[in-house]
Amino acid sequence: MSPKYVGQRISRTEDPRLLTGQALFVDDVNIPGMLHAAFLRSDYAHARLNSIDVSAARSRPGVIAVYTAQDMGDAWQHGPPLVIPPPTIQNMVFHTRTQVPLVKDKVRLIGEPLAVVIAESRYIAEDALEDIIADLQPLEAVGDLERALRPGAPLVHEELGSNLAAHFFQEKGNYKSARQQADLVIQKRILIDRGIAAAMENRGIVAHWDPKSQRLTLWDTTQSPIPIRNGLAGMFGLAEHQVRVIAPFVGGGFGPKIMMFYAEEMVLTWATLQIGRPIKWIEDRRENFYATTQERGQVHDAEMALTSDGRILGVRDSFLHDTGAYDPYGLTIPLNTQCHVLGPYDVPNYYAETTVVFTNRMIATPVRGAGRPQGVFVVERLLDLAARKLDMDRVEIRKRNLLPPDVFPYNNQIIDQAFAPLVLDSGNYLPLLEQAATRIGYQPFIREEQPRLRAEGKHVGIGVVMFIETTGVGPYEGARVTVEASGRISVATGVGTQGQGHFTSFAQIVADQLGVNIRDVELVTGDTAEFHWGTGTFASRGAVVAANAIHAAARAVRGKILRLASKVLEAPEEELELADGQVRVADMPEKSISLGKLAVLANPLRGAVQPGTEPGLEATDYFGPQYGATAAGAHAMILEVDPETMMVEIKRYVAVEDCGTVLNPLILDGQVHGGVALGIGNSYYEKLVFDDNGQLLNASLADYLIAAATEVPRIEVGHGYTLSPLNPLGTKGAGEAGTLPVPALFAQALEDALADHRLEVVEMPLSPNRLFELLQAAQESASGR
Amino acid sequence: MSVHPIAVTINGKAEYLEVPAHMTLLQMLRDRLALTGTKNGCEAGECGACTVLLDGQPVNSCLVLAVEVDGRQVVTVEGLAQDGTLSGLQQAFIEHNAVQCGFCTPGMLISSQALLARNPSPDEDAIKEALLGNLCRCTGYGRIIQAIQDVARGGGAS
Repeated sequence: MSPKYVGQRISRTEDPRLLTGQALFVDDVNIPGMLHAAFLRSDYAHARLNSIDVSAARSRPGVIAVYTAQDMGDAWQHGPPLVIPPPTIQNMVFHTRTQVPLVKDKVRLIGEPLAVVIAESRYIAEDALEDIIADLQPLEAVGDLERALRPGAPLVHEELGSNLAAHFFQEKGNYKSARQQADLVIQKRILIDRGIAAAMENRGIVAHWDPKSQRLTLWDTTQSPIPIRNGLAGMFGLAEHQVRVIAPFVGGGFGPKIMMFYAEEMVLTWATLQIGRPIKWIEDRRENFYATTQERGQVHDAEMALTSDGRILGVRDSFLHDTGAYDPYGLTIPLNTQCHVLGPYDVPNYYAETTVVFTNRMIATPVRGAGRPQGVFVVERLLDLAARKLDMDRVEIRKRNLLPPDVFPYNNQIIDQAFAPLVLDSGNYLPLLEQAATRIGYQPFIREEQPRLRAEGKHVGIGVVMFIETTGVGPYEGARVTVEASGRISVATGVGTQGQGHFTSFAQIVADQLGVNIRDVELVTGDTAEFHWGTGTFASRGAVVAANAIHAAARAVRGKILRLASKVLEAPEEELELADGQVRVADMPEKSISLGKLAVLANPLRGAVQPGTEPGLEATDYFGPQYGATAAGAHAMILEVDPETMMVEIKRYVAVEDCGTVLNPLILDGQVHGGVALGIGNSYYEKLVFDDNGQLLNASLADYLIAAATEVPRIEVGHGYTLSPLNPLGTKGAGEAGTLPVPALFAQALEDALADHRLEVVEMPLSPNRLFELLQAAQESASGR
Repeated sequence: MSVHPIAVTINGKAEYLEVPAHMTLLQMLRDRLALTGTKNGCEAGECGACTVLLDGQPVNSCLVLAVEVDGRQVVTVEGLAQDGTLSGLQQAFIEHNAVQCGFCTPGMLISSQALLARNPSPDEDAIKEALLGNLCRCTGYGRIIQAIQDVARGGGAS
């Protein structure tokens, strides 16, 4: 059977609803009797809560309830650790401290909720917040990662005696002895600062405990509805079947919507259980800057040892990682960073040491990239600076160090975020690098165009970098595929969807297996009443783990169809084909039956059913990969800097990606575009600015700049196709890949554009202002001042 | 809290409402008329997700009071398709995969529609400028721009 849909540029089946305003988002849920919640949040990043008086708020007309931590009684409990630290790493220190629903005694992060008001309207609820008197005694805030670890620093969690959240190291080979053999050692301090995901849809929850049916329904902008359901049931003593979590259309996820639990999820669930009425809370944009998780803050002391011909002998990277006030997400982010420092390169000796630090900032959890962009930035910067010292071409130094295609599967001998050895399942890296360099016209640019433009006084630069992305981690996903009596196919899977086009790409797989039109495949995602086994949409795993589960379930249904049709049509299974919604005998097309009729026959109302058979044409199946599939890519760009304003214009952008089998190139390329756009923000526009008191100074989309239409160039996408041997479809994830290399690429191209200034970029994000400062500093050091 | 009667035409249909003075057009559309296609992304005029046409001009409906639209014409994303047939822009958004999560999409469509109404053949820079008030975090804008160009080449939005 040749695939008709998989691999094709199929336009998305979900789009008409989104384009006509007919798609349900959480804020669109409206239930009779629904109340509204607003949270009182701390204006201090670090403070002792001496007392809180909510009596005036409670007596405001229209207020139904006001709750503090005290009111929650025994239901007040810390959130569960979402990801435990890997049990397989030796000598690890890890202090688990998880978030609280409402502050009981001490505020540990700016915006931490102190109380909630439930009222007839959001207006009344917000007004009532003003009635609450919270006696907060401000404490010195912890922000700077190095100062946080010094003796005498203020402590986020006093009982720990320090702000150390975790410490661990991993080693491959012996870096120390490799360093002794080196002709060149590049040593740098590299800084990467915090940013936000800024999904266009803020978070939101509608929680509804119906006392009559004894059912709790939660509409939630989560990327992981099933763990939320199981967790809430456990936390509040309900049976899992009593709890239904629905993640309807979600307006962008990008990682922070995976969190379990946010304070608001715990508080709204508890509150509706008390009141017995539906309650809505929709995060406002300002809250999104405080109350939704963030990422990227790290300080690296990194070095690379090389031979004089540019071969890597080893890398040492010791870094601090900012986890914020709590660490429910374990070590996922820093483990990703450690793994991605190795990149697509042959690094025989590696020492990685990570110190995780508590600060008075929002919890750090993955944001599209999840620690990987930092690792990519470190290794690519070290290579660029080595190439400069060795007077070697930037593309050439990469070529010399790429892993060759015959080494796969390649074991990098450290543990990755899935607690499994970092084994690169497959890859062919050199063609990706060559394709990117050729497409951007690297050689002609540096030989002819750049000298010509420089002679005209233009500051133009080119960059070419590489990366890998570990994707598609387990444990598993599942799916149920059903042929309905109408002949239409329904598919249910546990992962939620936040714009990745799952309704279409998953339907393509099913349509091919069952020989139906893709428009006849209806997909349900993210509703625990429809499917309740699975984990969620994260870590670039939908197209790997969920897609292969759907593929397996569709194949099982195909088997059932063929078995039954063989009896009905009195023909051997091998002679049957599935096409156009029919099963037919290949040589006798007139001998056929529609899938709908077959589904009716498989579910008879009368008569005997053979023992050992199941009714209907339906199957549920699962897929869990042995370990993650590793995607890879090379990006290239040409940019121009205006030396007067420090504004940067990206002239051309090329992204070459290898994510194995491409289910739908239209959707895949869109994922790459969006990833690159975020990466551009991460490079030159987006940075959370905190003052010494831990106050966030740019908590609005007017002050925190996400890339607009004028900042994102046209992105040319190329592909490699190295199929993963770890799953039947051969897919690798692609959701995060676009973001990973952009800061490293931006840095390289900027240095090239400003080569006459001997600029060295070892921090991200930059901004026009920061670039100006760096150039001033470079000038001063050049003139010996 | 004062309440004001208003008469407004929304997507071609006359509506008579009594609205409190502080109610925004966005709240009126979503909470009173169940036209939830228009999205609330920031309530501060920064993201553009709530863009609607007011007498043919794109406005952030979170920054317009409901009382201000008395006697005027409002078009929302629900009013773009005619009798179940998608507009040229909507069709082009599908063909070019200009939609991912779909949250910014209603505002994008409205701003694009307004652009093509005042400039039927905009160049790329003009399109980018017209979309400056509409943020998108998923698509990187390229496909949205292509979709608009495609419609412009075919003779403007219909």
